[in-house]
Amino acid sequence: MELPAPTLLLQIAFCVYGVGAGASLLALRHERIANLVGFGCATLAGLFGIGAGVTALIFGPGDGGGAFALWPPLVPYLQLTIKLDPLSAFFVIIVSFLALAVSVYSFGYVRGFYGRKSVGVLTAFFNTLLLATTLVFTASNAFFFLISWEIMALTAYCLVSFEHEKSGTRNAGVLFFIMSHIGTGCLILGFLLLFQAAGGHSPGGYSFDTFRALGATMSPGRRDAAFLLFLFGFGVKAGIVPLHIWLPEAHPVAPSNASALLSGVLIKTGIYGLTRVLFDFMGTPPNWWGVTILTIGTISAVLGVLYALMEHDLKRLLAYHSIENIGIILMGLGAALMFLHTHHPMLAALALIAGLYHTINHAIFKALLFLGAGAILHATHTRDMEKMGGLIKRMPKTAFFFLIGAVAISALPPLNGFVSEWLTYQSLLQGFGTTNSLVRLMFPLSGAMLALTGALAAACFVKAFGITFLAQPRSEQAAQAHEVSPTMLLGMGLLTAACVFLGLFPTLFLTLLAPVTQQLLGQPLPAYLIQADGWVLGSAKEIGGTVSTLGIALMGICLLPIPLVLRLCFGRRTKVRIGPTWDCGLRGLTPQMEYTATGFSKPIRMIFKALFRPRREVQREYDYSPYFAKTLRFESHIEEAFVTRLYRPLNRTILRLSRRMRALQAGSIQAYLIYIFITLLLLLLFAL
Amino acid sequence: MSDFLAILLQTLLLLALSPLISGCIRNWKAKLQNRRGPRIWQPYFDLVKFLRKDMVISEHASWIFRAMPYVLFTSTLLAGLMMPLVNDSAPLSLFGGVLAFVGLLALGRFFLALGGLDPASSFGGMGSSREMTIAAIAEPALMLAIFTVAITAGSTNLSQMLLAAQGPTWRLLNPAHVLAFAALFIVLLAETGRLPVDNPATHLELTMIHEAMILEYSGRYLALIEWSASVKQLVLMALLVNIFFPVGIATDVGPVALALGLLGFIAKLLVLAGAVVLVETSNAKLRLFRVPDLLSAAFILATLALLSTFLFQ
Repeated sequence: MELPAPTLLLQIAFCVYGVGAGASLLALRHERIANLVGFGCATLAGLFGIGAGVTALIFGPGDGGGAFALWPPLVPYLQLTIKLDPLSAFFVIIVSFLALAVSVYSFGYVRGFYGRKSVGVLTAFFNTLLLATTLVFTASNAFFFLISWEIMALTAYCLVSFEHEKSGTRNAGVLFFIMSHIGTGCLILGFLLLFQAAGGHSPGGYSFDTFRALGATMSPGRRDAAFLLFLFGFGVKAGIVPLHIWLPEAHPVAPSNASALLSGVLIKTGIYGLTRVLFDFMGTPPNWWGVTILTIGTISAVLGVLYALMEHDLKRLLAYHSIENIGIILMGLGAALMFLHTHHPMLAALALIAGLYHTINHAIFKALLFLGAGAILHATHTRDMEKMGGLIKRMPKTAFFFLIGAVAISALPPLNGFVSEWLTYQSLLQGFGTTNSLVRLMFPLSGAMLALTGALAAACFVKAFGITFLAQPRSEQAAQAHEVSPTMLLGMGLLTAACVFLGLFPTLFLTLLAPVTQQLLGQPLPAYLIQADGWVLGSAKEIGGTVSTLGIALMGICLLPIPLVLRLCFGRRTKVRIGPTWDCGLRGLTPQMEYTATGFSKPIRMIFKALFRPRREVQREYDYSPYFAKTLRFESHIEEAFVTRLYRPLNRTILRLSRRMRALQAGSIQAYLIYIFITLLLLLLFAL
Repeated sequence: MSDFLAILLQTLLLLALSPLISGCIRNWKAKLQNRRGPRIWQPYFDLVKFLRKDMVISEHASWIFRAMPYVLFTSTLLAGLMMPLVNDSAPLSLFGGVLAFVGLLALGRFFLALGGLDPASSFGGMGSSREMTIAAIAEPALMLAIFTVAITAGSTNLSQMLLAAQGPTWRLLNPAHVLAFAALFIVLLAETGRLPVDNPATHLELTMIHEAMILEYSGRYLALIEWSASVKQLVLMALLVNIFFPVGIATDVGPVALALGLLGFIAKLLVLAGAVVLVETSNAKLRLFRVPDLLSAAFILATLALLSTFLFQ
């Protein structure tokens, strides 16, 4: 049987997203139809997208290297060209798989909006966002890339401010809008530098093909300027520290299915952009690029997880974890750049694979956790963890899916987070031997920070899962929660299955990545990566170390009979009694006596006091002695140092300057005419 | 077949030897404090007694509470199977090296902490919170010390690290290894819940960490948890003695060589246990918020170890 060409599948996917967006707008008044058609189209398009990506990676992209034009060029310079090369195909798989799972989930989820919000608008934006993101991943010239990038940012803004009745949502939306556009401005400048270096002016001058390996021909100053511009532009989208402040504001306020896409896919466009530009366009990098990216990655990872620990809003907690995981991905990419500098293509391939593997893993488990948070929000109408508890008995299936996601994101074996962090550790450790300079100490120290990040993430998810799902319900809403609809469970189930699959069968998946490393580094997969017929994952060296998550899982099952044998030998007559929890002799425990999320993270807040600078306020009213207070009011608040120290002063300065500038805008036509005249004169002088 | 036998034997060794080490530490500690103390076999009797007892399970607990002892027990044993004990190859060394070892211990701890939160008691929550905090700040020191050894050995595989330690370039008093050993010793105290970090003998509610988490467990489940704790202590001690002092380890699999290896291994463990006893008897428990100082000292030691691999290569 002849398989359809990947480009054809991709074209079908584009059409179906388009149809989905259009049909949802037509069915604005019929919310059921809009739901069915809109998310139906997105599901279908997701399937086609997965097909396109997987066939392109396995059998090659087909005729012309997977390039085609979406539309005949009508305006010079504006060519809507698409190219499905291996790197694009890999990211298309990520966005399409999430489109599939999140759309299936959304059938049930958006029923909560019936009669309250316009479902048609939501589905239209949802489809447009997916279409624009897929275009960003596949566009093959800078103009078209930036147009898709802008459409993506605008639709994302609309989704963030979907529930715009709340003022918090509006503020978050505006912050997202501003940060996103500052980033886009930097990207435009960066691409202009590349365009100039390519000796532009021809209609094909903006094509990615002319940018390829261009960095070698640029002067070092321009190359470094382009690097910084791209790092800033893509970094804003990816949410690296300190450009991340919009992320924990914007992602939580969107509807949960949109949050899953924003955190799962949208921030990955930043990673895609960095990978594309740094590995495809820039040639052999100077050492400080890799050092910068590795440092930024390490800082983002540690700070992201520390701020996540302080949250008791479940969705904000997850948003901060996105910053952490972007940091881990950047650690892989930064290490890969450093290896490229020292001409170790095999280690560079290992580090790049580690970064890309973590990209898809994070997309999957973060989407899963956001969908889980959405299910909880749907059932309890709150995002505040202090009002949850005991949900495992009321929502057992959601609890199970969330637990799998929590284990995966905490990088515990045998799930997928462990595998990609293992690869990251391996590349960092092997990197020690690649150079003799002091820089090599960075590798193990980053490894130690990665260990800190992993352990803090585990603490954070013990808190997130334990406080939300275990023990007694802390509020009326939590006590009356109910399991969510089957389609929502199916969506989460798909992602859970992917977590398990990517965890247990990493070698199967890694073969898919071989064309990507071949394309970007001219280096096939390291030979020792896949050992023992694919059962064991190795490192870049023969004795570098091995791991087999499948082996661990199977061996674990083999060890399970031991406790059973012990029970048969010694405890055959024992009985199990259900009793109350020990309450120190009081009359029963109440939910108020349980440990809270804030209490759980208190030790960490105390240890990292210098970083968090918590503000606390305690008010006591008492008659005789402060130890016997009649009323007690406690308030504790943490503001990010970046916001108070960096952004707020910056904001004030900008406002002050703009007030000064207002003098220019006096409202008299004569003055404006003089401005225009002076500008013209200056431009003429400049041109001469 | 021999692989299967190796796995079986090492599992039995882990299960049989670990209560003895706990018993020795408890007995010697009592002797040093001028008490008679429990017999060194007491942990075995305790385990059998726990297994025979009925269980009381909290009415608020979910399936997490019941699954936890099994997850903890299996993950700790799996970690133990990756550690070479008596001869120079661990039965599961192909399935994972030191990174998987640390990961499996973390998996057990993750579920242990969830089990503490499940019965809705504030003691459990307090224990979980403290356990996860201490583990988190101990982790970088642990990993960095291990990396220092792994870099010299060129591998994260524990058997390979052991082979490198037996190689010709190995020096016992290599400054990097001395510093890394010191760092790992502090981490060992924190990870196994020993004084000055946690007091294994206390039941004073506000100071306990490990005991607070397992307060609601009884009978068979408690036996599994206690047993896992001793196995974890054994494998962490084995990490220290075998990687840093690779003497007396059997290099072939003949019965005589293995018996000698076993004797050597137990002797080294007992020496380390003696060191733990001395530290426990001569130190008071630290306040919870002084523990980070101790662990950052461990981290600094590990960083110095790393620096000295750079300086003295």
